[in-house]
Amino acid sequence: MAVTTTAEKQKSDVILQYLRPRKKFPSVWCAGCGNGIVMGALIRAIDRLGLAKDNVVMVSGIGCTSRLPVYLDFNSLHTAHGRALAFATGAKFAQPHMKVIVITGDGDALAIGGNHFIHACRRNIDITCVLINNYIYGMTGGQGSPTTPPSAYSTTTPYGNSEKPFDPCSLAIAAGATFVGRHTVHHTPQLEKMLIQAIEHRGFSLVEAISNCHTYYGRLNRAGDAVAMIKSFKENAVMLAKAKEMTPEELRGKHVVGVLHEIEKSEFCDEYQLMVDRLKGGQS
Amino acid sequence: MSALKQRRLMQGNAACVHGAIYAGLRFYAGYPITPSTEIAEGCARELPKIGGRFIQMEDEIASIAAVVGASISGLKAMTATSGPGFSLMVENIGYAYMTETPCVVINVQRGGPSTGLPTKVSQSDTMQARWGTHGDYTAIAVAPSSVAETITETIRAFNLAERFRTPVTVLLDEVIGHMREMVSLPEPGEYPVVNRVKPTVPPERFVPFEVTENLVSPMPCYNEGYRYNVTGLTHDTMGFATNRSDEIAPKLDKLKYKIERYTDEITKLRVDMMDDAEIAFISYGTVARTALQAISIAREAGVKVGNVQLYTIWPFPDRQIAELCACCRKVIVGELNMGQIVHEVRRVLPHDKQIHTIQRYDGEILTPHQLLQKLDEVL
Repeated sequence: MAVTTTAEKQKSDVILQYLRPRKKFPSVWCAGCGNGIVMGALIRAIDRLGLAKDNVVMVSGIGCTSRLPVYLDFNSLHTAHGRALAFATGAKFAQPHMKVIVITGDGDALAIGGNHFIHACRRNIDITCVLINNYIYGMTGGQGSPTTPPSAYSTTTPYGNSEKPFDPCSLAIAAGATFVGRHTVHHTPQLEKMLIQAIEHRGFSLVEAISNCHTYYGRLNRAGDAVAMIKSFKENAVMLAKAKEMTPEELRGKHVVGVLHEIEKSEFCDEYQLMVDRLKGGQS
Repeated sequence: MSALKQRRLMQGNAACVHGAIYAGLRFYAGYPITPSTEIAEGCARELPKIGGRFIQMEDEIASIAAVVGASISGLKAMTATSGPGFSLMVENIGYAYMTETPCVVINVQRGGPSTGLPTKVSQSDTMQARWGTHGDYTAIAVAPSSVAETITETIRAFNLAERFRTPVTVLLDEVIGHMREMVSLPEPGEYPVVNRVKPTVPPERFVPFEVTENLVSPMPCYNEGYRYNVTGLTHDTMGFATNRSDEIAPKLDKLKYKIERYTDEITKLRVDMMDDAEIAFISYGTVARTALQAISIAREAGVKVGNVQLYTIWPFPDRQIAELCACCRKVIVGELNMGQIVHEVRRVLPHDKQIHTIQRYDGEILTPHQLLQKLDEVL
């Protein structure tokens, strides 16, 4: 007999408070998809931060991952493929007191949206970007993405991937993001804590959540079902401190997790406001 | 109103900035491109002074995306570009049509296709302003023909965008954008400034894309308690994606008829010497200027000719053109392209009407002399 503990009930009560009352469920996601785990962590992070729902704008592009904001009871902006960060830049800059969170996937953020991604990092605009990386295009049925590993199979790499992948975190750090971290959908409490840090950080923050697309990536690469894939994230995750002591050979196939980069730098909207204030004061 | 209005020698692109700020512009996102760049530069200079926001984005796709994001956030927003940039923008102009987001896109036209003629005049994006993005929708586009009209038409573009919750394109061209003329600056209150209608119902009863009597749904800003969903997917009245045919067709009908039903309200024409005209010029933008000179010269020579100038290009004023040209034997459509608006004129006029065209697409303007030559041929 299934027994629901008090702690579990409290957890699901929190989730229910943030689901859109007028949105029809179930979600578009396959059973066992990591997107739901990230959504749960994000809800608990926002709840712990005590953000007012009216004050949160959740922006996304196109893809399985990008459906996430539609289910939540915030201001939601489901935009065009790859463009979430550009729309979010407009929304944030127009009302800088809003908390703007972008939900994106590896194809959305790094292929079609690659240019917007690096420039949002460069500006250090106060947006939290949650990049759910499942190494494949899910919604269109399993095509290769900019993070598909070398030799991996997808419907557009039927004989193995000939391309090299992006590391989204390295890319973000190089482009100027001021908070960058990675976790997996196995490390739910850590992911939740990292989301809190990222949202509280003043400036551009990236949280990469390694996730499972067992339906396509798992099936095409014999990586198993959702449970097997999530287990592999547990086995292959290496904390940053430990990773520093490992050789590149030892790190092959591993996911380095934790806060990878955190610095303080002036934020774009703040800088602009200082200029506006200077102009009002008669200086130029 | 003061007796002596402030007069200033002003460039067309600067006039566009002036009109936009008069109409309430508070957010500009753009990317440099000739011959529109002075609009971005003007906004970068003027907007911070009034607490508005200027941002130079990484490309034109991002520029219109930021404009739409800012408009949904609650600010009046615009971008400016030219043909190559407009081609990149049509993706998210389509998003603005679908999500019914007010915004203004200035296209200072140059020759195309592709990189084309960056510094030369053209009117070859007239059809793109109507049909640029994929899918079914109805577009609004306006076209001034002088620096002074660039102020008033930009104000009108903002008012139409807010009134109908839709993107509005202002079709400038290189000549008007870069020309300098003396203009009287409009005084506060001289022209109406329209703001989007906000919802009055409490959030729990708010239906974001409700089909209202005038087909335009009230639109809240962020942080006003109305937490609704905005999506580029075809959506139901609650703003959620739908595949139901009984919800798809009404959404597309709304996009079309919220504008087409009000074509008369949107239409703006200037009619000169048409009362007894046997021949009519139909012109817009730069060509309208030379057409006015051509008809006054021809009238002195006793030729019964008039001119109809289109300020509203889209929706095309079918009824007005048909009525105005009813008594003319012949119509001459002048355009700086290989023939675009002439197809609309052919569509609305009876088949027995003689329709002639004069076109120039070599980067130069149509001169009054050329129009008079055409008139001689047609007579």
